[in-house]
This record gives sequence, C-alpha cells and structure tokens, in this order.
Amino acid sequence: MATQGQTPGARVRNTVFSALVYAFLYAPIAVIVLFSFNTSRRNIVFEGFTLDWYGVMAGNTQLIDSLVNTLIVASCSTLLSVIIGSLAAIGMYRYRFRGRSAIDALLYIPVVIPEVVLGIALLSVFSFVNMPLGLLSMIIAHATFSIPFVVFTVRARLSGFDSSTEEAAMDLGANRLQVFRRITVPLIAPGIGAGAMLAFTLSIDDIIISFFTTGATSMTFPLKVMEMVRSGVSPDVYALSTIIILVTFAVVVTTQAVRYRREKGQ
Amino acid sequence: MASRSAPTSLRKRIRRKTPLLTMVSPVTVWMVILIAVPLAYVLLISFCSTDESHHIVFAFSVQNYVKLFDPTLLSIYGNSLLIAGLSCLISILVGYPFATIMANSSPFKRTLMMAFLMLPFWTNSLIRLYGWRSILGSNGFINSVLQELGLITQPLELLYNHFAVVLGMVYVLLPFMVLPIYTVILKLDHSLLEAASDLGARPARRFFKVTLPLTSSGIFAGSIMVFIPALGYFFVSNLMGGGTTQLIGNVIARQFKEAFNWPFGAALSIILILITLILVRAYTKTGGKMDDLGAM
Amino acid sequence: MSSQAIVELKGVNKSYGENHVVKDLNLTINEGEFLSVLGPSGCGKTTTLRMIAGFEQQTSGTILVEGEPVEDKEPFERNVNTVFQSYALFPHMTVYENVAFGLKMKRVARNAIKERVQEALTLVQLEGFEKRLPLQLSGGQKQRVAIARAIINQPRVLLLDEPLGALDLKLRKQMQLELKRLQKRLGITFVYVTHDQEEALTMSDRIAVMHEGILDQLDTPNRIYDFPATRFVADFIGESNIFDGLAEPQEGGTISVVTETGRVLCRGTSGFTAGEQVQLSVRPEKLRFAPEPKEGFELQGTVRENIFVGTFIKSILLLSNGQEVALTSLSGQPIPEVDACCYLFWEPEDAVILHAHSQEVWSTIANVDLSDFTPEASA
Repeated sequence: MATQGQTPGARVRNTVFSALVYAFLYAPIAVIVLFSFNTSRRNIVFEGFTLDWYGVMAGNTQLIDSLVNTLIVASCSTLLSVIIGSLAAIGMYRYRFRGRSAIDALLYIPVVIPEVVLGIALLSVFSFVNMPLGLLSMIIAHATFSIPFVVFTVRARLSGFDSSTEEAAMDLGANRLQVFRRITVPLIAPGIGAGAMLAFTLSIDDIIISFFTTGATSMTFPLKVMEMVRSGVSPDVYALSTIIILVTFAVVVTTQAVRYRREKGQ
Repeated sequence: MASRSAPTSLRKRIRRKTPLLTMVSPVTVWMVILIAVPLAYVLLISFCSTDESHHIVFAFSVQNYVKLFDPTLLSIYGNSLLIAGLSCLISILVGYPFATIMANSSPFKRTLMMAFLMLPFWTNSLIRLYGWRSILGSNGFINSVLQELGLITQPLELLYNHFAVVLGMVYVLLPFMVLPIYTVILKLDHSLLEAASDLGARPARRFFKVTLPLTSSGIFAGSIMVFIPALGYFFVSNLMGGGTTQLIGNVIARQFKEAFNWPFGAALSIILILITLILVRAYTKTGGKMDDLGAM
Repeated sequence: MSSQAIVELKGVNKSYGENHVVKDLNLTINEGEFLSVLGPSGCGKTTTLRMIAGFEQQTSGTILVEGEPVEDKEPFERNVNTVFQSYALFPHMTVYENVAFGLKMKRVARNAIKERVQEALTLVQLEGFEKRLPLQLSGGQKQRVAIARAIINQPRVLLLDEPLGALDLKLRKQMQLELKRLQKRLGITFVYVTHDQEEALTMSDRIAVMHEGILDQLDTPNRIYDFPATRFVADFIGESNIFDGLAEPQEGGTISVVTETGRVLCRGTSGFTAGEQVQLSVRPEKLRFAPEPKEGFELQGTVRENIFVGTFIKSILLLSNGQEVALTSLSGQPIPEVDACCYLFWEPEDAVILHAHSQEVWSTIANVDLSDFTPEASA
C-alpha cells in the first residue's frame, strides 16, 4: 500500500497518533534515563544531576554478574535455537515425511501457551530428573521457547525460495554439503538473522520462564530487578539500564543508517 | 510392463535419508523431551497430591480439580479474564491504526518504525514497568503536574488497581498485536480497496465492509498473542497492581514458588492450557494460520 | 547426424503413489542431436528430463547415459547439465560467480576458470556483465547466464526444461535461433522440453511427442507433421480435422472410409480390416473445395465463416452432423460465399488414417515402424 491519496489532514493525524504511541512506549524509558542521573535515592522527584550511580553500578558485582548471566543465557540459547531451528525449518520445508505435522504441532505449543505453564512444566521435569537449576537449565528452557520462532522466521524466508536453485547447484557438481553451505545457507541467512535476533530479544527480556528455571546462584538481570522491586529499585539499576538502552539504540541506529545508505546506493 | 526395476541399494537409501535425519531429528528430540514430556508430566501430577514435606505423592485423585471451584478462585478467574479482555481490546484500538499507519509508510520509514517498536524490548520489561510507577505513583509525574496546575488537591490513586494492570499489560504486549495486523495489511491487495471505492463505498463503509474483514485474521492472531499471555503475566500484576489484582498466573506461580503445592498449580495450569486450546482452535477454524502467530 | 546413442531410456516408469506419470518409456537419444520432448503440461515430459538429470528416481526401468546405467549416480555425478525453466540463478552470486560455479566445484584452477567463464559469456553475448547480480538482469539475459552456466562444464548432454517459457514472443523467437546455432556450434546433444509445438518444429532434429505419460511418436518434425501416428499427435501438432468412420479397403491400396457425413477416400497402409473403426486426420491446407462431387467423396458442408489471415483465408465449415471443419486456401483463390453449400475433398495420400481404439498399441507399432526412417531408433 502506498502513501498516495493521503490528505494533509490525515497525514497530521497519523503523525500525531504515531507520536503518541511512541511516547507511551518510551515514557518509562525516559524516566529511567532521567532518574539514573538523579541525586536522590528515591525515584520520585528529580533533585539534581549526578553521575554517581554509574560508579555505584560499576561496583555492584551482583548487578554486573546478573547482566553477564543474562548475556550468557541469551547467547547460548540463541545459538542453540538458531542451529536446531534452522535445520528443522530447512528439513521440514524440503521433505514430506510422516510425523511432520506432529513436529509442527509441538512447535506451535511454546508460541501460544502461557509462559507460566511452560515455566512450571519445565521446572517440574527438571526437578523430576534432579537436574540442578542454574545457567544450564535456563539456557535449555530459553532455547525451548526460541526454537519455534526461529523455525517460523526461517520458514517464512524459505517459502519465497526457488528450490530449483539447489537442484541447479547439484546439477553443476556440488554435493549435498556444498549445496547446503554455498546455496541454502547464504540464501536463508536473512531469515536466520531475523530468527536469531528474535530469539535473543525474547531471551534477554524473559522473566517468567527464568523465574521458574533459575537457581540460587544464577540470577539474571530481570530476576535481580524483580527481587529488588519490593525494597525499591535503586538508581544504579537505572544507570545500567540506561547503558543498555544507549547501546541498543546505537546498534539500531547504525544498522538502519547502513541499510539506508546501501538502499540509496543501489 | 516394467522391464527391470531400478536397483536401490541400501547404501543409497541411507544416503538419501541422511540429510532429512540430520536436519529434523534434533528438533524432534528436543521438542519431545522439553515440550511433550513436561506437559504430559504436568497433566500427570495435576491428579496427584503432596505429603507434609511438599513431595509429590503419585496417587490418583481429583481433589485438585475440585479445589479449582473455590469461590475466591472463581473470582480470580473472572478478574483475570476481564483484565486480559480489556488489555486485548485496548491493544486492538491502539494497535490497529498504528499498524495501518506503519504499513502505509515508505519501506524505509516502515523498517524504522518497526525497529523503534521493538527497541524497548531490549530493556527489561520489569524496569520499564517500574518506570511507569514513577509516572503514575502518588508522588509521580502525573500527580505532580496535576497538583501544580491546581486541578487536584489530593493525589489520584493511579497505581495498584485494575487500570494500572491493564495499562501495564498493554504496554508490554502491544507489539504482539501490531505485528500480525501489520503483516496482514501489508499483504492486503490494494486493488480491492480501490474496487470498493470505485463501486461507491464511502471511506467508513469501505473500512467496515472491506478492510476490516480482510484484516480480521491479523486482529485474531494479535488477540491470541495478547489475551493468552495476559492471563499469566503475574509480574505485571505484581508491579502495577500491588496485591490488589490477582491473575491466574499469580496463583500458579505461588503454588510453585511459595506454597509448594505443585499438583494444585499443575491443575490450575491445565485450565490455562484448555483456554489456550479453545482459542487456538477457534482461530484455526476461522481460517487463521498457525505460522502467523510465530513469524514476526 | 551421428547415430551413436548417448542417452537411452529402457522401459522407464515413474509413479507418485497412485499417479503413474511416465509409462513404459523407451527412448534413444543420439549424440549431437537436438531432440525435443513435446507435450501438454502434465504429460510427463519434465519428469522424464528430471529423471535423466537425476532429480527424480525412476520407479522401474533403466536409464543409460553414455552406455552406463545412472541409477546409482547422484545429480552431481552425472555428466549432464540442466537449464531450468525458472533459470534458477543463484541470487546471491554475480553473473561471473554463477557461471564459474560448476568449474569451482570441479576445483579447476583459478586462471582456467577465468578464461573459460569469459569464453562462455562471449558465447552467449554477455561480455561485460560479469559483476551484475541476477536481480539486475532482464529475462533474456538471465536465460543466457543460465545457458552459459550449464555449458561451462562441457556436458555431453544439455537438458533444457522449457527454457524460453518465461520470455515474451519476440525474444523467444530470437532465442530459438540462437539456441539452435549454439547447439550446432558446440555439438552438444540438446534434450529440449517444451509444450510449444511451433518451437519444437522449428528447432528440433527429432521430436518425441508425449501424452499422458506415453511416448506417442518419435520422429523428425516433417514426418510428425505429415504423418501423425495418433489422433493426439494430429490434434496437438498444427491443426487437424478429424473424421471418425469405418474402413473399407479397396483395390489398389486405397481405403474408403464411411463417415457419418458420407464416404471419403484415403491412401491406406496395410493393417486395416474391413469394418474397422478408424480416424482420419486431414490438415486444413489439404482440405479442398470442389464445385461438384469428386469420385469417392460424399463430403458436404456449409460455409459458416471466411476469415482473412494474411496470405491465406481460413474457412470454417459446418458438416451435416454438426461437426465443424477448417479449410485454408491461398488468398486470391475463388472460395464459396458464407452460407453457400459446397463439396469437399482431399488427395487420398494427404489424409492420415489411424486405428481408432488402439492408440497405445499403435504408438508402439509406429515407433517400431519408424525405424525405417530413423535407423538408430531400432535399439
């Protein structure tokens, strides 16, 4: 659909509406950034500017550890889900076999089922087999809910894919492994990238699954925050969040700029 | 008729099957062990009970299911459904126009809008919800402004009620409503709208008679992605509702982490699974595609 | 034309479950020839091609390439290359990388690759396009890249699956000539799958006409046109008027056929018995108007329409049983007015007589018979 035919009035209305939605999405983020520079410990009134909380944060090993844990869990579960999910998407796209729809059904479950159900189900089974709760159990749990998302994104990419390109490669003397490496993977790379991005995002933002599958020594950043909510979140957490916001912001802006330049260049 | 059947050696058959097996077995094994088995196990323990030291006793009983009909629990289900429904409705009212605007933008602006829609997710939901407390609290931003303006003398209670919980839900789940609707609108055949206008449909009529029915699958998909999680997102009600609002998710979480009555928590989870099954079934019956729920 | 067989299909069958798409196919393809496999969609022609390439496995039967059975060979082990209908260019590689792919897979030295890619691109007139991506090419250019890529490994046989299907008419005509020229120059055997009879007639040395999984006829374009072996071939290749009737063999090699609308004559081959149900196929250009009844013909019709088509005029006539027939005559010749009633006839040798109820048997007999004209087909 194109922008043509929009009256100036409609355009203004649309801009105002979008601005309000983004204001809604970013208002609390603005508060976080603002209070990370607040001299008061209570996040209620802005009293004066300070960078102290960034120092406090740097010295708060528990907090830093929780962030490191979050990143470890997110990276490992993303890697796992990308490998398993991409292979599955390709295999299920290319072959028709018995049990295909059963796998499909299993993949839909984590997407639609409430996270709390998945969380307690995994917890129950982990405890049944006496698996210690910690980083590993969290990585496995996160990979479990990420795999379907990777499968679906890669599959969406594959559906616009001419399977005769693979045949052509084989026809020209490439064996199956070469076809996979030189044709299939490069062609679905954007889908894999999007799937990985999604898996990573879901993992670092996850609270509920982590809440059930974490152990005493493997606190992630979200769980750390959850723990602090009762006693009040201290501004050093805001400082850390501000840094995360700035980094992700920078990443998104650069990738978009690069993209824009490349599109313009072509 | 056939002169000689083609010799398919075992070696060759294995060679032909190998790629399929290497690609599909990891996911099969993983999903069976970590989805099918755990859910079956939940169903199993929902019919069990616990001893004094909170260990699960594997003896069949339906007592957990009888307990589900406790009046306090019934009111929690009602509350939970009400909050999920309201969150879903507001998400549609905000998300649909937003998705339309996004789909109508230039491709570059589109990706930019999408990126900034997803960007907040990289900052933890809990912290962002906590940010809302600073805005809505009795000494928070909104109350301060209103008091400064002299519009109110006593601070309004904006937190710790259903309103705050619904706001939190919409805040956390809005993108999951926008994305499926956006995808459907993008795929919408523009000539259908032109045909409708051409046949004399006024904008409002055109919207209700053509656009809305054609994009309803997106709304349905988005509703599933908002409604179901909203039943379980106990951290939202913890943060925004204080102790005032209990969701099914809160009760389940408490059984597993505080009361240590896992069998009863499992029975409660079965309710959520049933609600999910019913909604998803309705979704696919009306022509919804399961892949649309997961492909973002 | 050399008569050495390069590809042989012996009793090849292919079924997908209940669906039997290729039925007992026997086909010998000779070295250096341009063979078209012609038929409507779903006739099994593409499946046949894919079985030769190795993308499909035959259900039964043997395929020999260069005298060796290839059942156990993967596509990448077969010395045949394919040009795909959709081109199947690698979208993430430049033209150069696309063409060089086959050589890279064979681990040819970098310098040699460069030289041979240049050569191939020159051959398809695409010098200077090396750095382009497939996205930046027109349909015709993509087609050329696909051809260059397929011939780079110097295969003995090139399989082409409706390679011109996606091009517009003008470009298609031009590419037809280019392909034919290329084939002569390279001396490679071309197996060309198409549903376009005109394309097959213009380009091929021989045509294999397929229909519902059966090879109806294998012969030169001329003979396929003049002597269709089955009603299907007669109908599919060019235009034909088909008449049903009963055979009455006469003295002197002619057969009189009693149709619903009267008696007609044709030159008979042996093998027709008195009273047998037959079909006659007569090309519109062979059908003639007669001012008065010709001897042996009782065919009468009413002119419905006269359509001017450039160098000739096409008349549509209605026979007394309601059947419509077409007749073409050169412009300038006197023809009856619309609604006029007239007699029709043809030279007996211009009608092709076919057995009506035994097409499958007939197609087998025809293939054997045709070995007189194409000795190499007697394998």
